[in-house]
Formats: sequence, C-alpha cells, structure tokens
Amino acid sequence: MIYTLKRLGLAILVALAVSMLSFTLLHLSGDPASAIAGESATDADIAAIRAFYGFDRPLIVQYADWLFSAVRGDFGESYYFQLPVAQLIGDRLSITMTLGICGISFAILTAVPLGVAAAVRPNSIIDRVALFISVMGQAMPSFWFGLVLVVIFSIKFRLLPPSGTDGWQNFVMPTVVLGYYAMPAIMRLTRAGMLDVLSADYVRTARAKGASEMRVMFKHALRNAIIPVVSLSAVQMGFMLGGSIVVESIFALHGAGYLAWESIGRNDLPTVQALILIFALFYIVFTFLSDLLNAWLDPRMRVG
Amino acid sequence: MAKTIETVEVALSGPTPGQVLRGRIFGHRGLMFGGLVLAAICIIAVLAPVLAPHDPYTQNLLTRMQPPVWFDKGTWDHPLGTDHLGRDYMSRLIYGARISLMIGGIAAVISGLIGTAMGVAAGYFGGKVDTVVTFVINVRLAMPVVLVALAVVAVFGGSLQVVILVLGLLLWDRFAVVMRAATQQLRSMEYVNAARAIGCSTWRIVFSEIMPNIVNSLIVVVTLEMAHAILLEAALSFLGLGVQPPTPSWGLMVSEGKQMLLFEPWLITIPGVALFVLVLAINLLGDGLRDVSAPENRN
Repeated sequence: MIYTLKRLGLAILVALAVSMLSFTLLHLSGDPASAIAGESATDADIAAIRAFYGFDRPLIVQYADWLFSAVRGDFGESYYFQLPVAQLIGDRLSITMTLGICGISFAILTAVPLGVAAAVRPNSIIDRVALFISVMGQAMPSFWFGLVLVVIFSIKFRLLPPSGTDGWQNFVMPTVVLGYYAMPAIMRLTRAGMLDVLSADYVRTARAKGASEMRVMFKHALRNAIIPVVSLSAVQMGFMLGGSIVVESIFALHGAGYLAWESIGRNDLPTVQALILIFALFYIVFTFLSDLLNAWLDPRMRVG
Repeated sequence: MAKTIETVEVALSGPTPGQVLRGRIFGHRGLMFGGLVLAAICIIAVLAPVLAPHDPYTQNLLTRMQPPVWFDKGTWDHPLGTDHLGRDYMSRLIYGARISLMIGGIAAVISGLIGTAMGVAAGYFGGKVDTVVTFVINVRLAMPVVLVALAVVAVFGGSLQVVILVLGLLLWDRFAVVMRAATQQLRSMEYVNAARAIGCSTWRIVFSEIMPNIVNSLIVVVTLEMAHAILLEAALSFLGLGVQPPTPSWGLMVSEGKQMLLFEPWLITIPGVALFVLVLAINLLGDGLRDVSAPENRN
C-alpha cells in the first residue's frame, strides 16, 4: 500500500513537471499573439489578442491558470477550431487508443511465439530469422516502412485503403507499422527470459518427472519468463502511443497524433499543450501499471 | 633444464590480451560488417564534392523525374535519376549522408555529455543526487519525444542547428540510465575505495578510476543513440518540421517523393534504403561492440 502511494505520488510529480516544462517551452519562444493574429494584423490587433488570451500576464500565472483548468478537464479553446480542446481531443483519442491496442497486440502475438521458438533452439534457423526480423525492425524508419506497405498493398495489389479513417481496413497497415516498432524489444526479452528459465532447476524437475514438452514449455517455463515481458509491454504501449503521431500522419488516420501534427502546423498552442500532457499521461499511467504489476507478481520489487 | 625453458616459452607465446581482443573484433561478423559499411558511408560523406556527379541544389526543369539507370529511360548522366525539380538524385543522396552523420554524431555527443554527467553523478554520489537525477530521467521519459521535438522545432524554426540541439537535449535518457547503473557497480570497488583512502579528489576518482571502466558501455550507447537521432531527424524532416528544403536530408527526400508515390515509387525507395543501411550498420556496430567488450553477457 505504501509502495502504491509512493509510486502514485511520483507519477503525479512527473506529470506536473512534464506539463510545466512543455508549457514553458511552448510559451517562452516567439509571441503566440502575433501568430494567432496572422501577418496582416496591426499592432493594436495583436495587443487586443494578447490581452484577450491573457498573454500579457507573467508566465507562471498563465501556467497556474492553465493547470487549474486542466485538472478540471478544461484545456481551453482551440485557436483554430474555436472549440473546447477537451471535446476536440476526446473524439480523436478513441482512434489512437484503438490503434495502440491493436499495435501492442500485434507486437505481442508475433514477438512472444518467435521469442519462445528462438529460445527453444538457440542458433537454429528460427533463432536467426527472429534475430533478423528484430534487427530489421530496429533499423527501418517507420514512416518509410509505412510508405512501402502503401506501395505494395494499396497501389500494387489494391487490397487496403492508403489513407482515411473509414473502417477496420484503415487500421491494418498502421497496426503493422506501429506493432513492428515495439516488437524487437519484446522479442529479445522473451528469448532472453526463456533461455534463463529453461536452464532453471524446476524445469529440469518437470522434465524429470515426465511432464510433456508442451506442458514444460507453457505451464512451467513461459509462465515465469512472461513476467518481465508483460511489464515491458505496458511501457512499450506508452511509448507507442507517443510514436503514433508519425504513423497516423502517414496514413491520414484522424487520431490524436494526427491532430497533434496538424495543430503544431497551425500554431494551435492550447491543443498542442493538452496533447503533450495527454501523451505523457499515457506513458506515466502505463509505467505506473507496469510497476504495480511487477510488485504484485514479484514481492521483492516492493522494497525498491 | 632446457626442456622447462622451452615449455615456459610456449606458455609465454600464447595470444596477448590485445591479440585476443583483435581476434574477437575481426571474428565478429556483425561488427565487421557494420564498421565497414559505416566507414564507407563516412568516406562518401567526406568526399561528397568529389564523388557527386552534379550539384545537389541545381534545378533543371527540363530533366525532371528521370528514372534511375536500371529503368528503360534511365541514363548514366543521372545514375539514380532526378527528382521533381530535376535535381540529380545521386548527388542529393551523397550529400544527404553528410546531414545524417552530422546530426547523428553531434546530437549523440551533446546527449552523451549531458547523460553521462547526470548518470555518473547519480551513481557516484547516490542519496539525494540520485533521487533528483532519477526523477529528471523519469520526467524526460514521460515526454513524448516526437511530439515535443516537433513542437519545439515549429516554435524555433526548422534549421540544422535547431534540430541537432533539440535532439541532443532530448536523447540523453539512455546515457543517464546506463552510466548510473555502471557507476553504481564501480562505486564500492576496492580500487575506488583505495583511491578515496589515499585522499584523491572526487574529480580524480571520477576521471581516472570510474570513467576508464565505463567507457566501453558509453561507446555502445553512443552508437545506439546516434542511430536513434538519425531516425528521429529523418522522421521530423519527413513530417515537415525538421531540416528544411532544399537541404538534401534523406527524410526530406522521402517526404518529397511521397507526392509521386503512385507513379515513381523509387523516389522514396532510394533514400529509405540509404537510411536503413546507415542505421543498420550503426546498430550492428553497437551490438558487436557490446558483445566484444562483454563476452560473458553474450547469448
């Protein structure tokens, strides 16, 4: 319980620090008022806008003001859409979450079997193929991989739509691209964990008492090797949602990442500010869950 | 007597530690491949003015979108064809190597300095310093890198210097984590205690007892973060908020080629493959160096 509270307090502090940093970064440089007013605005217009949005107040006051509203779920109004940011993001968030869940599922469903197969026969063909796939995944720029998929599956074979947010078909390629990004780390950890566990005494005991190879693998070995994989997956999920901005913009998938990219281009500070906080919160929540999961599965962790 | 001398000689003529290390390096296929490819790309980048057949910025609207030489209409004048403004694609590719290497290299050095200083301080002093550094690392990890980098570049304007600085100031997390763990292990070593006991200053202990022993892991992280920075720069430039046109950045080339995806897919294939090969080479080099410097951890 104390452990949980400590972790929770830390998570809240981290979230506060991130929001303060990003707020300062976005507001210190340049003048948001002249950006909103546009190029043909007079000095009087800019001054009026500055006063209207409160840019003339000290930065710390602006931040405190923003923070207190944000805690109540009010992220201000988008400069571009003239809509509450919370409403704007709410619509888009479900798409990004769907993409994230599909992506991590794809990553786990490919990485864990490959990792197990690689560990069962180290240095075999399967092991080499698995290593090859993970090395490729780490070196391939995700935006380029996405475009290559578009060329193959949308242009050449006309199987999948290249862009848009109309149906499940639109999620197939983004899922693969995003999942492939998270896969190598999960696979390597599964393989290393399985190698460790397979040489453990209890696996030898299970074999000695005549348990079938399937039973040894899944009941005895994988159950123990999977613990760190589960917590890594939670962390990867947090990272992946942050990385979805690239994937969503390639496939014009209208999720929160796409909104972030558009809003940055439009100088829409309240939206960008809110999205940075939300993506940071994703990461913080998933790491927090992963810490709790670890502590629950392995009591030794609770001390640290 | 003669016989014993002989046996002693045999024992002495075994491989020296240097020979063992060299044997390991040259025997490691991934490391050799990565190292050679990276060296080749570095040479190409340095010799770009000599090697490039044309100027990478000269536009020629009469020779727009010529395909590479292996297509029917390709010519040897433009071995990799020309882009939508008639610029020679091969020359842009060659000059692009400079951009990627420069951004990756300088960003890795900046983040390496920040991360190593933080990690070593946290590992060596422990206590409150460690708590603060760990917190700062957590904050940095929670910041969505791509989003923050895009937003900051948008605010300050996309230029080579801004992109390098943003990446350098964002990517120090792995340095800090690895250096902290490595220093913690060394802190209670006997030779560090001995140095402390004879009254060495903290600086001296850090630079002559700690640093030489963590430099191996430092080099590994430098390579991995260099690859990371190169990929991120390409992604930022691809999204239009990194290096700005007409600079021949590989990410920007993919982005420009994206408009012609339907008819001229080679426009994105060529710079994409270049990025892939460079990052692969750096990663293989880094993985190889890790294997060679810590063979006991290999599996």
